[in-house]
Amino acid sequence: MPVIGTIFYAFLAIVAVGSALGMLINRNAIYSALFLVLNFATVAVLYLALGAPFIALSQITVYAGAIMVLFLFVITLLGAEKLPGYEPIKGHRIVAIGLAFVFIAELVLFFFFRNQVTGPIPLIGPEFASPRNIGVLMFTEYLLPFEVVAFILLSATVGAIMLTKPERKSTTKLSQQQD
Amino acid sequence: MTRMIDIYSILPVMIVAGWALLLLVVDLWIPRHRKGITALLAAIGLAIALGFVLASSGNTILGFNQMVVLDGFSSFMQVLFLVSGMVAVALAYDYIQRMNINHGEFYVLMMFSIAGMMLMSQAYNLLMVFLALELLSIPLYVLTGFARTRLESEEASLKYFLLGAFASGFVLYGTALIFSATGQLDFVGIAAVVTAGSANSVLFLIGAALLLVGFGFKIAAVPFQMWTPDVYQGAPTPVTAFMSVAVKAAGFAALMRVFLVLFPSLSEHLTPILWVMAALTMIVGNIVALAQNNIKRMLAYSAIAHAGYILMAFVAFGNGEVVGNTVAATLFYLVAYGLTSFGAWALVIVIEREYGKGILLDDLAGIGKHYPWLGVAMLVFMLSFAGVPLTMGFWGKFYLFRTAVQAGYIGLAIIGLLTSVASAYYYLRVVVYMFMKPGEPKLQINPWVSLVIGVAALAVLLLSLIPWTILELASRAVLLLQ
Repeated sequence: MPVIGTIFYAFLAIVAVGSALGMLINRNAIYSALFLVLNFATVAVLYLALGAPFIALSQITVYAGAIMVLFLFVITLLGAEKLPGYEPIKGHRIVAIGLAFVFIAELVLFFFFRNQVTGPIPLIGPEFASPRNIGVLMFTEYLLPFEVVAFILLSATVGAIMLTKPERKSTTKLSQQQD
Repeated sequence: MTRMIDIYSILPVMIVAGWALLLLVVDLWIPRHRKGITALLAAIGLAIALGFVLASSGNTILGFNQMVVLDGFSSFMQVLFLVSGMVAVALAYDYIQRMNINHGEFYVLMMFSIAGMMLMSQAYNLLMVFLALELLSIPLYVLTGFARTRLESEEASLKYFLLGAFASGFVLYGTALIFSATGQLDFVGIAAVVTAGSANSVLFLIGAALLLVGFGFKIAAVPFQMWTPDVYQGAPTPVTAFMSVAVKAAGFAALMRVFLVLFPSLSEHLTPILWVMAALTMIVGNIVALAQNNIKRMLAYSAIAHAGYILMAFVAFGNGEVVGNTVAATLFYLVAYGLTSFGAWALVIVIEREYGKGILLDDLAGIGKHYPWLGVAMLVFMLSFAGVPLTMGFWGKFYLFRTAVQAGYIGLAIIGLLTSVASAYYYLRVVVYMFMKPGEPKLQINPWVSLVIGVAALAVLLLSLIPWTILELASRAVLLLQ
């Protein structure tokens, strides 16, 4: 792996571990959830660097997108967490403007270098993680694990319904009263 | 391509899982007061699967690109799981009616869990080991909390879930490290890389240790036993009985398969760890059980202690000369312990008049006088737990100790012997309360539960006259070692 790849990987690894720790340590559930989003996004970037854009985007849409939105929804619906009314980071507007310029600079750089094919980490192969290959693997070599996962999800669903569905005691009692 | 032989290799698992799916749908049309039909259908499904296991035993097949294996070991374990499942259904039928938690999903979830255990005994790929672990665990978290209006049941479920998820994390991380050390997930590939000497030995060892933590949680070995007493006490008693027999057996199935196939080369590092774990498990389980006056908690600590005895024989897993004896003695002990344990838990079900009520030692008073055959049955189970001759428990311990001594772990065998003697105190105290204390117990005895008690007591006594038949079956259940 070239030096630039090592630096790139080390940066992502530090962010990933740091955000995981932040999620664990933070007492506020909303901050924890947002740290988790950052963690998922960092891992997605790792997938991207490894030449697996499909898996990276699945990670973003499924975990960072759908599941985390659900998490945040539940947290805010329960209303257990109150965010402080003031701005917790002093001068965060200035930092935000600075970061926005960095982002613009990135966009410009991307525009100029968009046809370069080199990546920071050597790739296994261009078709390695294409949706087609993933699908073929999933339904041939990994067919049995795939089916087992289906059963795990089903049993979790049945369990969740069992543990949350309200008792139906009244129906039998009503019919007995009518008799 | 999926070949017929692949299907054949996991046919019993498919039957159990598919039957559970059908039962989930059929149960919708079974009225609430007729849930006995669901129980009967679940038992029939398990019996059919049992028939297929027996019919397909004796073959050795690698199926689904070496994801699973069908061999003598998996067949033996699957018979154990399926019979445990049927016994648990028999125990649960009356219990969940009395406790007013009579939902058909109880049996469906139990069948899902059994399917997971059966896959666990067949897994030949670390991915399958992890998925089987999840499939057997998730329904159990729900079953533990099945009496969910009861606080103790919910508490047990939450504790089991949180710690179980934590343990699954260890297994997954261990799997990831082993993958990064060898670049392989299936056992054949990992074993080949390790034999070639091209594995990263540090990562491989850390991965193995993490897997040991995860499996140690499932078999409730010290220091990963913290959840056991609370979960065993809070869960519905038939679920506890099922957990103490089948889940423990599934944990040992995973431990044996993974360690004997993948980690013999690490035995130099892992043996001292296992030695300490076995010694601590025997000591802590037995000593803390002395102080319990709730029977469910006492049996929970006793279950921990019995895992310690099995670990004692397992310490020698890297010693090629005794490893066959280790497997045979472990399988024999799982059978002996399972029979005794189901009998003892069935008795707890009989005396439990309300959820979590009536299961203190004082509640046993007078049972020996008013229900003499229950008293005698409990005497048999307690003697078998303590390892007194003329019971299966004695032969189980005999074979385990013999294996430990053969492998040269005499210190461990002495610890086992001493803790065994100490355990006789709390086992016999149960009998003393039953026969010596005056009391007027009022018990409602369901015929299915008494059938379980009777058959278990007879089996514990009669099979102890011919223990070598079971041992020979266990010896034939050799692992596919490559």
